[in-house]
Amino acid sequence: MLSRVADSLYWMSRYLERAEHTARLVDVGLNLMLDQSPDSAERRWGRLLTSLQAPPQLAGLSDPQRITQAMTFEMENSTSIVACIAAARENLRQVREQISSEMWEQLNRLFIHVKGAKLDDIWHVSTHEFFRSVKEGAHLFQGITDSTMNHGEGWLFIQVGRYIERAGATATLLDVYAAESLDPKAPAAGPGSYLDWVGLLKACTAFEAYCKVYTADLRPERIAEFLLLNAECPRSVRFAADRIQSAFQAISAEAGARKSVRVNRLAGRLRAALGFGQIDEIMEAGLRAYLDDIRGQCAQIHAAIQQTYVAYPVDAALAS
Amino acid sequence: MLPDNDLDAAREGAPTFYDEMFERGGACRPQYRAIYERIDQMSAEELHRRQQAADLSFLHQGITFTVYGRDEGTERIFPYDLLPRIITGPEWATVERGLAQRITALNLFLKDIYHEGRILADKVVPAELVYTCRHFRREMRGVRVPRDIYVSVVGTDLVRLEDGRFVVLEDNLRVPSGVSYMLANRQVMKRVFPRLFGNYGVRPIDHYGQALLATLRALAPASRPEPTIVLLTPGVYNSAYFEHAFLARQMGVELVEGRDLLAHDNVVYMRTTAGLRRVDVIYRRLDDDFLDPLAFRPDTSLGVAGLFNAYRAGNVALANAIGTGVADDKALYAYVPAIIRYYLSEDPVLENVETYLLTDDAQRRHVSDNLDKLVVKAVGESGGYGMLIGPHSTADEREEFRRRIEAEPRNYIAQPTLALSQAPCLIEGNVEARHVDLRPYILCGEQITIVPGGLTRVALRRGSLVVNSSQGGGSKDTWVLYE
Repeated sequence: MLSRVADSLYWMSRYLERAEHTARLVDVGLNLMLDQSPDSAERRWGRLLTSLQAPPQLAGLSDPQRITQAMTFEMENSTSIVACIAAARENLRQVREQISSEMWEQLNRLFIHVKGAKLDDIWHVSTHEFFRSVKEGAHLFQGITDSTMNHGEGWLFIQVGRYIERAGATATLLDVYAAESLDPKAPAAGPGSYLDWVGLLKACTAFEAYCKVYTADLRPERIAEFLLLNAECPRSVRFAADRIQSAFQAISAEAGARKSVRVNRLAGRLRAALGFGQIDEIMEAGLRAYLDDIRGQCAQIHAAIQQTYVAYPVDAALAS
Repeated sequence: MLPDNDLDAAREGAPTFYDEMFERGGACRPQYRAIYERIDQMSAEELHRRQQAADLSFLHQGITFTVYGRDEGTERIFPYDLLPRIITGPEWATVERGLAQRITALNLFLKDIYHEGRILADKVVPAELVYTCRHFRREMRGVRVPRDIYVSVVGTDLVRLEDGRFVVLEDNLRVPSGVSYMLANRQVMKRVFPRLFGNYGVRPIDHYGQALLATLRALAPASRPEPTIVLLTPGVYNSAYFEHAFLARQMGVELVEGRDLLAHDNVVYMRTTAGLRRVDVIYRRLDDDFLDPLAFRPDTSLGVAGLFNAYRAGNVALANAIGTGVADDKALYAYVPAIIRYYLSEDPVLENVETYLLTDDAQRRHVSDNLDKLVVKAVGESGGYGMLIGPHSTADEREEFRRRIEAEPRNYIAQPTLALSQAPCLIEGNVEARHVDLRPYILCGEQITIVPGGLTRVALRRGSLVVNSSQGGGSKDTWVLYE
């Protein structure tokens, strides 16, 4: 498959995953706001903006309307939902003949829906409805992709993009919470912090799943274990790493094993680290350092994809 | 039931036009009789329903063209007329013979002017006409192209005169487009009128993709028995992108952009996830100017740096070759009959439209005095731009063209206003006559292949003679019969 096509599908998938993640976080943030004390508001919105890597000019804001506007509808903010969906659509548009027409129609519909909405329209009616429709639009696209596109190389690059983005996003989110709440100097646990943990799990659609495994007894190290190491939770880092590695194995089978050694080794290492990691050891050695390492590995995998499949140096390719 | 007079209205129209369906006396031509009867029986709603079914089919297949200059939602379907245009077996035999003769002669001409230049030395074609042409490529002097085939894919525009003869209006020898509409029109027609079509004895055209692939394969370097063929597109923003994607899919070849290709040591490669793959034949849908920033226009990133050197080294074939535009220059067109006689010692089967060359003083004076009766065309333009249609022009427009002609006579030609033939079309539920032309597609590889059919373009505006899609034209399916 053409490198450009693989690259476009990969980025399309990353952008769409990012849009969905942002929609969920903003939705949960607005929901938490209903139960907040004045001082917790600033902390919560700060966390949200940090974990979404929002542009610096938004830092310090705590006006929910302003933040929702910026993170949802502002085209100039490249981390906003509409900007991410537009970027996903532009990538898909470049490779339209490689995908099913149903996929294109769905993403186009989602784009038109989000682009046509305005804060005023949703603010006084139901923000939740709107964010749910964005999430559902993204889920529908994934379902359509799985059931109408050949599960060949192109589909595999879509998988890789989605799970690389997800692994990074979950790790970043956990890190933001860890920075604050696992800090011994942080304010003692109380009803407020309980809500924060619920917010974290909900931001990963993992609250109900967590309760089934650990009961509603929310403890930071258990939450960290669940979101990092659980093999079944679809938003855990471990789950994403599993999918990344198997996708790469299939890609190197399709594209020929040429030089895919490094990508496969990196993906295997990440999967093994999460598959065999012990939460008590991780906590003891420092959760933040561990998360840093995980994010570093994701970045390495991303760079290796580019070097192996997309922007490889011509000399190296000619020599082989 | 359609009121009778609706169909009969189509019989009228100016008597000087050839009518595809009706004879001069008003009788329906035999090849159209079955269609005439069928449509006569259909209610207006039924016709409307089928037209809608056809339009939806185009929309759902994404058969659209891009309209320039708008941000989003810039795709439209190409208007499609339900009623087919019919060409009989004997009529087609003449067309086919004429087209094959013409393309053979033009390929010989291109080879000649880029090598010995015999035809110029013999003063059959004035050398200055060739050398002043914007599309003449000095760089191609002495370059051997595979099988000496310069033009592999041609779309020739034909029109039918009052007496029913087909004549050549224009040769498109650079990157002719529209063939995807020919194929799509047929698919839709089969879906909308399956029984009528099945009983008519229409010759098939669906093998075009395969024939194109065989034509391209014939150009591959001999050392490459399993050649890699690609279709090079300017990208998704090009108005013909749909066609590029369509043809790539029909042939099963990779659709590439310039940035997917690179030239190294005079070999062209494409970048794939499995590494660099050598490319042997490029069906390029990109004008000469944009092919290689090192050889031609430097301010473009659509092409491939180093492509021309790889081409000159014979490591990659291009279809069509570089520099073919010199032979479809509108002023050179006037010499094509002479070119045919010169190389083939035959009379042209298909004649030209009478053409006045404005570099000749006597002809220029005649044109200047008769601008209100003539059509003036800029030699380098296509798509119906840069034209003056005398009978439909204002005095100011004519004065403007008179000035332009005096300033740059080499840039313009003039032709009589043509009486394009007319065919019945479905216009807002009524059957009305509209002017049509015909663009058959000729492939020239190991042999010459002409799929029996072509794109019949329709000037949908009443009385209009301009059929280009950019100027409000539509199209209809073209049936070439066995008999």
